Amino acid sequence: MIEILQLSKAYAGSGTQAVSNLDLTVLEGEFLVLIGPSGSGKTTTLNMVNRLVEPDGGEIRIQGQNVLESDPVMLRRNIGYVFQEAGLFPHMTVAENIGVTPRLLGRDDAWVEARVHELLVMVQLEEGAFANRLPAELSGGQRQRVALARALAARPPVILLDEPFGALDPVTREAVAADVRQIHQRLGLTTLMVTHDMTEALLMADRIAVMRDGRLIQVGTPRELAASPADDFVTQLIENPRRRAHALAEMLNA
Amino acid sequence: MNDSVREAWGLLPDYLGQHVILSVSALLLGVAVSLPLGIVAARSRRFGTPLLAAVSVVQTIPGLALLALFYPLLLALSALTQDLFGFSIRALGFLPALLALTLYAMLPILRNVVTALAGLDPAILMAAKGVGMTPRQSLFKVELPLAAPLVLAGIRTATVWVVGITTLSTPIGQTSLGNYIFTGLQIENWVFVLFGCVAAAALALTLDLLLAMAGSGLAMRSRRKLVAAGLGLLAVIAAALAPELVQPRASHQGIVIGAKNFGEQYILSQLMASRLTRAGFSVSEKSDLGSTIAFRALGAGDIDAYVDYSGTLWGNILGRTDMPGRQAMLDQLATSLKKDHGIVSLGSLGFENAYIFAMRKDRAEALHIKSLADLAAHPDLRIGGDFEIFSRPEWRAVAAAYGLGAMKRRQYQPDFLYRAVTSGDADVVSAFSSDGRIARYGLVILDDPKAALPPYDAMLLVGPAHAHDAKFIAALKPLIGSISLTLMQQANLQVDRDQDKQTPAAAAAWMDQRLPH
Repeated sequence: MIEILQLSKAYAGSGTQAVSNLDLTVLEGEFLVLIGPSGSGKTTTLNMVNRLVEPDGGEIRIQGQNVLESDPVMLRRNIGYVFQEAGLFPHMTVAENIGVTPRLLGRDDAWVEARVHELLVMVQLEEGAFANRLPAELSGGQRQRVALARALAARPPVILLDEPFGALDPVTREAVAADVRQIHQRLGLTTLMVTHDMTEALLMADRIAVMRDGRLIQVGTPRELAASPADDFVTQLIENPRRRAHALAEMLNA
Repeated sequence: MNDSVREAWGLLPDYLGQHVILSVSALLLGVAVSLPLGIVAARSRRFGTPLLAAVSVVQTIPGLALLALFYPLLLALSALTQDLFGFSIRALGFLPALLALTLYAMLPILRNVVTALAGLDPAILMAAKGVGMTPRQSLFKVELPLAAPLVLAGIRTATVWVVGITTLSTPIGQTSLGNYIFTGLQIENWVFVLFGCVAAAALALTLDLLLAMAGSGLAMRSRRKLVAAGLGLLAVIAAALAPELVQPRASHQGIVIGAKNFGEQYILSQLMASRLTRAGFSVSEKSDLGSTIAFRALGAGDIDAYVDYSGTLWGNILGRTDMPGRQAMLDQLATSLKKDHGIVSLGSLGFENAYIFAMRKDRAEALHIKSLADLAAHPDLRIGGDFEIFSRPEWRAVAAAYGLGAMKRRQYQPDFLYRAVTSGDADVVSAFSSDGRIARYGLVILDDPKAALPPYDAMLLVGPAHAHDAKFIAALKPLIGSISLTLMQQANLQVDRDQDKQTPAAAAAWMDQRLPH
């Protein structure tokens, strides 16, 4: 469980509040999607959870443990993180990339090798073909699968995903998104994902948190959001995919 | 020609070995200093910007000047450590060369380290932090490996520069492939010059190629290629060092004879060396020293003996401009050098290498000119000189003493001076009295009845360490007063002439037979 209480952050020199007094809880085993337009503070919020960004005020607890009181390096090793456009290390092979965090935690070669194999199977990349390739030799979707495997390598209870499918083509995006959701379920993870794509959010999330201008506007299941949007902004966010779905259906049926 | 090539090959193990030791040491030191500095500089603009500016300024100092500047610097430092801690550092040779070359190696490495680290994708750095790396782990596991290709490119640039510039360490007393070039230029032995250039270029290219191979091995993650490149580098270094290791060089414990950078000095140093060797000393030579560097090196014990000229010491070391007469100058020099520097003058070798003025014999006879005083009657005569004579005190003294200020002057490159006077382009030329070409071209030296030109007696100087070494002095003493001007001219001519050119060693051996033992 991730509990966020009265979280605030202002970047030096910008003058505006990136995140103000945010309260949000991601329940144990929940898949929560944080959505909002560019500059809404969603990625800043995500990055404060593993202290890639230091908050100005507020509190974050993971499984009851105060994040701001723990060692940031150990904290990050115990939280999986999937970066925008994968963020794989270009000079390391797929196997080396996946093994990075377990090795930092002192796992031996045999453990890492076995774990890499297990993860490659889990993210549907056959080991022999991929383990020794460099990231540059992979497609976008394959890279994102490797990034997911890397995030899961040290068996973290919590994973964070920052717009992980932004660079993928629609078909790949859907396949990878489905796999992420399925792995979340299977491993019983607590997942916090950031996106600006409402369709993606609606299809993947247990609950959706809508942010704008550093503030939380509304939190709820996809159905709750659709049934009773808090304001015009949320209405617009929900309407957009609905309208597109209608248009598509009409066009294809006609 | 063939003799020159054979002699050049014979010198190669020593020259190449020392060249490689110096270049590789400077490069290793350059990498060791630049890498950490570059890492800090990439992180802090306040430190990095001025650092890069300073290193760039160093790069604009001409190589020869930078190398030469380290000599007085280390000399001062040596005096300081002597005062404070009771030990001195060697200011000549390896150390100043190493420091100057290390400075040269720094710019390309430092600049590439900073560029490479500053240019890394911020998303990758964020990922390194995000997976739980400490700043140190991020540096060693991610940042440096990603920067490696560009850093290696910087090291390759530095390698080519340093191997080239190492040739310039010869004048500060460090043997290198530059010895071929400097000696060759002085005695117009183009085989030597070419040999030195080709050897240095071949070394630079070989090292560059091996580093390029290491780089591609790194990029392709090919361990075999990396190992091959590493072995290649080790092989080059080992091959260069082998002669040093198998045969410890005499110079480390033996006598070092110095020579300045022209033919006569090479011959005389060889002559002294052969006399000392026969007396049972182990002797090596350090040639191509700058004029005042040679004197300082003698005082500091970096060399043990060399030949200098009374007029040079009188002006440069004693700072005197008066003219007390030839013998008085020798006597006063002997006293001063002993008192102030602990250097002993064994006396004059018997000839002068002075600034003189010469004319073609037939022309002098036709005009009835025997001395500089006779020139005043012929104000239409043209006088030729090298590039410095007309701005030297010798010319001012002569012009004032004999009223020659109005003569038409022409300046020539030294080699062309003799052609100018034989062809009649110039009527009178400046020259050095012991130059063999004076007799060869049938020139006569004009008398100097008012003694306006200072004497330049060749003096054999011995450093403090052997000032009272009876065996050492006994080996050299027979040379004192026994080398006539004619003998020296003939020996110099053997080295300077275009045809049947001899090596300085051969000319020294020729002289040795004609001198008392």
